[in-house]
Amino acid sequence: MKRWYQAGFWLPVAIMLAWGAAVWAGGEDAAREKAFTLIMFVGLASSLNILLGYTGYVSFGHIVFFGLGGYMGFYLMAVCAWSLPLAALAGGVVSALIAGLLGLAVLRLRGAYFALATIGVNEAARSFVSNFEPFGGSTGMSLNFSVYQQYGGAGKALWLTFALMVAVTASAVLVSAMIKNSRFGLGLLAIREDEDAAMVMGVRTPRAKTIAYMASAFFPGVIGTLYFFKNGNVEPGDAFQLHMSIELLVMVMLGGQGTVLGPLLGAVTYQGMRGYMLTSPLFKDLHLAVAGAVLLLIVLFVPAGLVGWLRGYFPKLRRALE
Amino acid sequence: MRILISLLDGLLIGFVYGLSAMGLSLIWGVMKVINLSHGAVMALGMFFSYAAISRFHPGLALPAVAVFGMLLGLLIYGVAVHRVISAPHLSSLLATFAVNMIIIGVGTAVFSTSPRNIDYSAGTMVLGDIRLPGTRLLAAGASILVTAVLYYFLYRTRSGKAIRAVANNRMAAGLMGISPTRSLALSFSIGTGLAALAGGLVATMFPFTILSGSTYEVKSFVICVLGGLGNPLGALLGGLILGGIEGVVPTFMPVSWVPVLEFGLFILVLVLRPGGLLGEK
Repeated sequence: MKRWYQAGFWLPVAIMLAWGAAVWAGGEDAAREKAFTLIMFVGLASSLNILLGYTGYVSFGHIVFFGLGGYMGFYLMAVCAWSLPLAALAGGVVSALIAGLLGLAVLRLRGAYFALATIGVNEAARSFVSNFEPFGGSTGMSLNFSVYQQYGGAGKALWLTFALMVAVTASAVLVSAMIKNSRFGLGLLAIREDEDAAMVMGVRTPRAKTIAYMASAFFPGVIGTLYFFKNGNVEPGDAFQLHMSIELLVMVMLGGQGTVLGPLLGAVTYQGMRGYMLTSPLFKDLHLAVAGAVLLLIVLFVPAGLVGWLRGYFPKLRRALE
Repeated sequence: MRILISLLDGLLIGFVYGLSAMGLSLIWGVMKVINLSHGAVMALGMFFSYAAISRFHPGLALPAVAVFGMLLGLLIYGVAVHRVISAPHLSSLLATFAVNMIIIGVGTAVFSTSPRNIDYSAGTMVLGDIRLPGTRLLAAGASILVTAVLYYFLYRTRSGKAIRAVANNRMAAGLMGISPTRSLALSFSIGTGLAALAGGLVATMFPFTILSGSTYEVKSFVICVLGGLGNPLGALLGGLILGGIEGVVPTFMPVSWVPVLEFGLFILVLVLRPGGLLGEK
């Protein structure tokens, strides 16, 4: 276990805060928009990693918490006129509670059955929300422009959203590091290696799995609210994209599952690569195919991801790369 | 009466759903891999049958679709699946999903995402008040035929028995002189062949795009879970249940509630009876 005073513990959090501060100081709208998306994916990938990387449970529909939390927070802002930070917090709490309830049922499934169940949960949530009138049914909801007045105009509201996003993502990374370095986290890693053995050794697996599931659902809920507030509208097609769920898995795998720094590196690399390909005339039509080929190569030849590969080749870096 | 017609209509489509799910189920049963490229292969099957039916008789075109699917399956198995067959689930899930992305990516670039429709009609069968489109009867009939052939193959031929032995215990089968790699590759290729054929049959009934496969893939997951993962006959039953739901429910509820029911049932069965409706508890 790594102690809190070692470099590896603080490095990912420090990177996130420094990155956010640099964009804030620059004050350019274009740079902020670019960083917003990247930081959002870092936050989502890090929270997925708490479940996927530590307990080894493959959640294929993790984006459901982004959607449900986002819908809840958005509803509170649009209909009940809550302020953004409170609504975002509520979105996260609702996501975590839903995860807690769902976990009672689906966390008893293992391996591929769990993965299938999470796909089912996402599709069920999407089709339910599409029919749920209070949430606007299939057309979704949108914010009245006057909402932005209480934050001092739309421009300031966007900067506020950005600052909150940086704070939330930094906390997600911090929580991920804290869990990994705790006794609780050790229990999760034991579940990943062999759940039955962990149970015999005194890890209370149902409780540990549920807490991990709730923790990994909380941050997507908050991030969802921030994202849809920035967009100004929310609809089922945007909120529950199975595709995005799988892209998150790719980011975690690319960076290195079960590491704190991995999701950060993976999200930035994947998004950077996608952004480059979408704009280059050569790869524009083939970006999905190229991303697939890259994913295939990683899965087949570098299953430990970027961080795992670096740790293997440069033993000295092991202290710094958590 | 209206309900009966809708039910019949739904059940006929259900046979095709069952056929598609059978491919997924076979692959899971033999190699414990969830094939996430299933939908993409179905979509390719749709395009292949689009090209083939306009030139040849369906009796020639549809077997060609199946053979195309099987060859594609061999390729996918060799490139993507073989290396991760003993790795944790995440690896095989992601490897097959990567194949899915490659197929959809190239397919979008080549075919674009505009919808297509096969202009083929097999007449209409009239039984009193009931009118059934010939393409649906044809598709259901083909599905039943293929199921029968698959069962004959798995239970009566040497290669089929080898596949079942490998599904039962890969290592023991290897020690008995069966080549596990051959059986695994063969079953993967049969699984994708079924997917392509089901795609080809679906294409005779509904318009499609290169992205249509994913809808049917998710349906196949639901069906596999209803019937029990790894149980091909259960998959056919699950297909009929799903087809029945899709046929009957819209007669008394808005169509948009159908997926809510389907996925609710899916999660319920997965949690309460993970072995499927036919399986042991």
